[in-house]
Amino acid sequence: MSASSIVTPHGAHAFRDAAIPFALLVAFVVAAPFFAYPFFVMQMLCIALFACAFNLLIGYVGLLSFGHAMFLGLASYVCSHAAKVWGLPPELAILSGVAVSALLGLVAGALAIRSHGIYFAMITVALSQMVYFVCVEAPFTHGEDGIQSVPQGYALGLFDLSKTPILYTYVAVIFLLGFFLVYRTVNSPFGEILKAIRENEPRTTSLGYRVVRYKLMAFVLSAALAGLAGATKAIVVQNASLTDVSFGMSGEVVLMTLLGGMGTLYGPVVGAVVVVAMQNYLAGFGEWVTVIQGVIFVACVLLFRRGIVGELGRVIGWSL
Amino acid sequence: MNLFGHFISAQALYSQLLVGLINGSFYALLSLGLAVIFGMLNIVNFAHGAFYMVGAFVAYFLLHLTEIEFFGARPFADIVIFGWRFTGINYWWALILAPLIVGALGAVVERTLIKQIAGLDHLYGLLLTFGLALIIQGVFQNEFGSSGKPYPSPEALRGPINLGFMYLPMYRGWVIVFSVVICFSVWFAIEKTKLGAYLRAATENPTLVRAFGINVPLMITATYGFGVALAALAGVLAAPINQVRPGMGADIIAVVFAVVVIGGMGSIMGSVLTGFALGVIEGLTKVFYPEASNTVVFVIMAIVLIIRPSGLFGRVA
Repeated sequence: MSASSIVTPHGAHAFRDAAIPFALLVAFVVAAPFFAYPFFVMQMLCIALFACAFNLLIGYVGLLSFGHAMFLGLASYVCSHAAKVWGLPPELAILSGVAVSALLGLVAGALAIRSHGIYFAMITVALSQMVYFVCVEAPFTHGEDGIQSVPQGYALGLFDLSKTPILYTYVAVIFLLGFFLVYRTVNSPFGEILKAIRENEPRTTSLGYRVVRYKLMAFVLSAALAGLAGATKAIVVQNASLTDVSFGMSGEVVLMTLLGGMGTLYGPVVGAVVVVAMQNYLAGFGEWVTVIQGVIFVACVLLFRRGIVGELGRVIGWSL
Repeated sequence: MNLFGHFISAQALYSQLLVGLINGSFYALLSLGLAVIFGMLNIVNFAHGAFYMVGAFVAYFLLHLTEIEFFGARPFADIVIFGWRFTGINYWWALILAPLIVGALGAVVERTLIKQIAGLDHLYGLLLTFGLALIIQGVFQNEFGSSGKPYPSPEALRGPINLGFMYLPMYRGWVIVFSVVICFSVWFAIEKTKLGAYLRAATENPTLVRAFGINVPLMITATYGFGVALAALAGVLAAPINQVRPGMGADIIAVVFAVVVIGGMGSIMGSVLTGFALGVIEGLTKVFYPEASNTVVFVIMAIVLIIRPSGLFGRVA
């Protein structure tokens, strides 16, 4: 990839703002397993990718989906089923999860996209609750038990994914590719139109853009990326359960993005790292974690709506 | 009766219809409160389910007031007035007190938190109230775990009434009748009284109404308090039927959102009618196709969205 093509189209410091944070992100991904339990970091990367997918909607189109767990969870079920029952290799299992999530995104998006603001949010809540109940009832998900001991298989038919360093590399590559896809989307002509819709939808319509179609495309892309995160997570943790499709997960991804900074590229990653680490280290406090999450929500909305990365970018004057 | 190849007893049909009407009462009261709040504050109150749960818990606390410890003491334990021994506050008082207490709590929340985000994007209201719901639910979950606490139905309403074709548990009949009365009164108060006219005017144009000397900020606070008081009332009504559980609000809120989407925002009567109708449909689904009873409301929502995106009774969104 040549340097010029990853530069944002605007600003004098475009290269600096794009390259340095990205280099830091790559450094983090490379260094993290030496400081923390690799298994934990892999889960964190999957959730971070999920948050990036969610941020694509809220941050760049202004659509608040309060039911994004449906894409994460369904893809993890489909991927687990494909790998375990159909015996597909990991790549194809993950791709089938992504495909089903994209399809669900198309259907859910077509239903929700014509509504605005809070109405859109409520519809996504209801739709994801429906997917949750389908996952409880459907035979292939095994209800409360979930799908256990999913085989990890061989990446590209060669590399044994049950070996942690190989699995970590695999997950890291998927995460960075997913992140790069979000980056390219946001900084493309398509991304500019999305931002125009966020800023002023009627005006974008009057400029001749088919707003509904663009919103739907963004929704499907976000669903597919959330599916990629969910399917990869299923390969990492070797199971799929109702947790990933539950409403709590939908709320958590909103929290991560809000805390990290909506509409910033790196915000969701930072938010995901903070929230997942918090859940991990405060696990002994039981339900107090929920209370802390609630307090963070309220504090973010009332005190710093830009989020961590947004505030940081403002302080140092960079567009992150 | 034989339908769709199932053999269904009339008894099962009637009892599920009744369960449906009961759930419909709760949907109606909750979506009514949401609609009232949305009309005035333009926010979707995500904490509505949490306030519903708090309402039920307040009723439970009032009943067990003599056993509650404050800093190691039980201040209400041994109160005897002229030979009459205080044994806790019963259901009927809870029906009045719980909505008042929760309503006051709601008013405080509005004044201290929600007020600060007025004028921002509506999404922040959703996020803020979602955070509040997490806090409230988390605190109750910590204190009481996730198991249910029994709340006895009031003595006067125990036992069944014979309706000829079925035995109706008296308490359930009371819940349905009482909810209908409350819903109708709220509709009447908003659509037909002078106070309601102020309210509707303030919804349309708060600045102008303020210029007429009406205290709009007070009205907003009162509206929020009133909306969550309705949720608390539903919680008290639900306590003897569904037990008192910290998770009871989270379980119901998604369905209530679907009800509001189907009925259409901003229509009081619409949300009430949709609430009852969907409760009944859900009950009937339990009889004819139980596997779909949890999803039927959402399927209906999807169909309504295709045909009428702004809801059955809604203004254009």
